[in-house]
Amino acid sequence: MLRNYKKPAPPSDDKRWRLVEATMRRHGHDPNALIEVLHTVQESFGYLEEEALQFVAASLSVPLSRVYGVATFYHFFNLKPQGEHSCVVCMGTACYIKGSGAIVEAIEQEFGVKPGETTPDNKFSLLSARCLGSCGLAPAAVLDNSVAGKLEPQQVVERIREWTK
Amino acid sequence: MMIEDLQKISDAERAEAQKYEHHVHVCMETACIASRSDQVKQALTEAAERAGKPCRVKGVGCMGLCSAGPLVKVEPDGTMYKGVTPEDADEIVQKLGDSPVSRLECDTNVPFFQRQVKIVLENSGEIDPERIEDYVARDGYLALYTALTTMTPSEVIAQVAKSGLRGRGGAGFSTGLKWTTVAKSPGERKFVICNADEGDPGAFMDRSVLEGDPHAILEGMTIAGYAVGASQGYIYVRAEYPLAVERLKIAIRQAKRLGVLGENICGTTFSFNVDIRLGAGAFVCGEETALIASIEGRMGQPRPRPPYPAEHGLWGYPTLINNVESYANIVPIMRKGADWFSAIGTEKSKGTKVFALTGCIENTGLIEVPMGISLREIVFDIGGGIPDGKKFKAVQTGGPSGGCIPEEHLDMPVDFESLLQIGSFMGSGGMIVMDETSNMVDVAKYFMEFCMTESCGKCVPCRVGTAQMYDLLDKLTKNEATMADLQLLERLCDVVKYTSLCGLGQGAPNPVLSTLRYFRHEYLARIQEANHEAAFLTD
Ligand SMILES: Cc1cc2nc3c(=O)[nH]c(=O)nc-3n(C[C@H](O)[C@H](O)[C@H](O)COP(=O)(O)O)c2cc1C
Ligand code: SF4
Ligand code: FES
Ligand code: FES
Repeated sequence: MLRNYKKPAPPSDDKRWRLVEATMRRHGHDPNALIEVLHTVQESFGYLEEEALQFVAASLSVPLSRVYGVATFYHFFNLKPQGEHSCVVCMGTACYIKGSGAIVEAIEQEFGVKPGETTPDNKFSLLSARCLGSCGLAPAAVLDNSVAGKLEPQQVVERIREWTK
Repeated sequence: MMIEDLQKISDAERAEAQKYEHHVHVCMETACIASRSDQVKQALTEAAERAGKPCRVKGVGCMGLCSAGPLVKVEPDGTMYKGVTPEDADEIVQKLGDSPVSRLECDTNVPFFQRQVKIVLENSGEIDPERIEDYVARDGYLALYTALTTMTPSEVIAQVAKSGLRGRGGAGFSTGLKWTTVAKSPGERKFVICNADEGDPGAFMDRSVLEGDPHAILEGMTIAGYAVGASQGYIYVRAEYPLAVERLKIAIRQAKRLGVLGENICGTTFSFNVDIRLGAGAFVCGEETALIASIEGRMGQPRPRPPYPAEHGLWGYPTLINNVESYANIVPIMRKGADWFSAIGTEKSKGTKVFALTGCIENTGLIEVPMGISLREIVFDIGGGIPDGKKFKAVQTGGPSGGCIPEEHLDMPVDFESLLQIGSFMGSGGMIVMDETSNMVDVAKYFMEFCMTESCGKCVPCRVGTAQMYDLLDKLTKNEATMADLQLLERLCDVVKYTSLCGLGQGAPNPVLSTLRYFRHEYLARIQEANHEAAFLTD
């Protein structure tokens, strides 16, 4: 297919844009690859900034409104930068029954953040998930990318306290 | 790739295994890794080297009793160890061939292990999911080879239909019928999709299969592709399952190299490719039309059916969409025959079902049982009952569209029809046990909150109705509701159930309806409490 297509330039010379461009190339700049590309952006930058959304929209020839729609529809995508460390508390049924609510409350009380929020010093983000698939270890959470199970609220608070020191 | 090549790999693999007197299997799935099983495996490997024993240490898939992890199994004697730490490695290796380390021993002579029937999980805990050779040594890809070289696509479909297999994604639609429709639908291209979105909280069967036996899914999908005439497949996996994605990627690479996936499979003219698509944390994307929209790179909103994906699916082409566990049943059915399969289970629900048994129960983990087994056997025999001397209250099945089943129905056989009859739902297989400390109004509110946040917003009854029902339940839990509120709640249940567009909205009232049916007194108690408080205030 012949398309009058001029490749837009990445927003900056940050090397991470190459990863994003590689994903787009692998999918032949197909508009259908939008979600895949957004995954790569988030993996590389930690969140989806507005410039990134514009760049992806232009590169895949997709209206910015659709990119924005998709980015906000899916819970997995963050439009705001995340803290240095993160704790994703599972709020799935098995964990809920085993008291994951108490973990969230303890964190809220100690660090003043609700699920979805980041501490003002950008050290720590609290997130929640709908089941991590480790229900056998309920209550479970992902602490900086590794799953931990059979958690006590105090134990989680201790971990976070070390991060935010 | 010819049959001789498969045979050669299988022979070599078996000969290699024979060189070792002892085989140590370490669970390397998400839950056990979270309890450091990767370090246990490393320590065991080093200990075996130090001791110079003829022993092979292997990472395998889930062995079921995830809450007691990390689990380690020693073959050929079948000793199982639980809660193993890296520090235990030397002792375990030293005792190989001697008496087991009793301190760590996990009794396998109990209903939890004895009552299970493994079809879907036949390789889980036995093979290294990252090595295709191990899969081939257990007759892997033989069913595909046989189907491609000796059967026509309609013969394959006939066998699946005869087995009586019904979809394991929730609704229990006949798999044979679905395959027939896709095969018959005209289209210059067709697609095969594996639904690995597994959004029901408290369910992890599909994750376990993908992490423990990924080739079984690839082989099942390829057979499906041949049967319906598709050359491209997609596996839609939730982004929350990074290890499953990793294992699938490895499996796809290995299968292509071996020639059992890709162009001209097994030397025939049939070609089939599989790509992975990542979900992005939207529960509704488990619904088939929303899932298709998501693969197309759009917002995951369902559309009205018909037309069904079997006729009008991905990019408008006929598309077969089945659940992970459904595909995992295909290879055993092709290998052992439809009659063998249909002899297991009940009249209308054939085969086995994998359940994730969690909540307030002694043995938390993954079980595979024949259809028709009673809930009581699952909860009290296999599950070991309720811990800390507490009393059983209910078991929740079917996720956010399911219901809570009370004590009085525990003797009912578990199959698609019976569960529907008592106001619940098979769902994908999450089974959450609640003890007397759980409050059913809170549980109903929990699920309503889930449906409210996960509603995609496309249709009014679900978008507005779930929010209204949530507010009413919130009032109830705060002892602020009146009888009129309860009546309104019941009316809303009816409206949302019958007027929503997709299964999410249609199923959202179920947790409320089932708790109202069996635990109405708990709702009434909340209202009475509210009356008391009101009376107190006016006094
Ligand atoms: C809200 C909603 C969520 C669903 N989630 C899943 C899911 O996570 N996994 C799944 O296999 N099917 C799910 N389904 C069912 C699918 O729409 C579809 O029926 C199923 O994948 C068909 O496969 P099967 O015939 O093998 O069961 C869901 C349906 C609805 C309405
Ligand atoms: S029922 Fe709910 S989830 Fe389904 S289409 Fe309507 S709004 Fe979306
Ligand atoms: S419900 Fe928490 S891990 Fe599944
Ligand atoms: S994850 Fe290890 S036994 Fe289930």
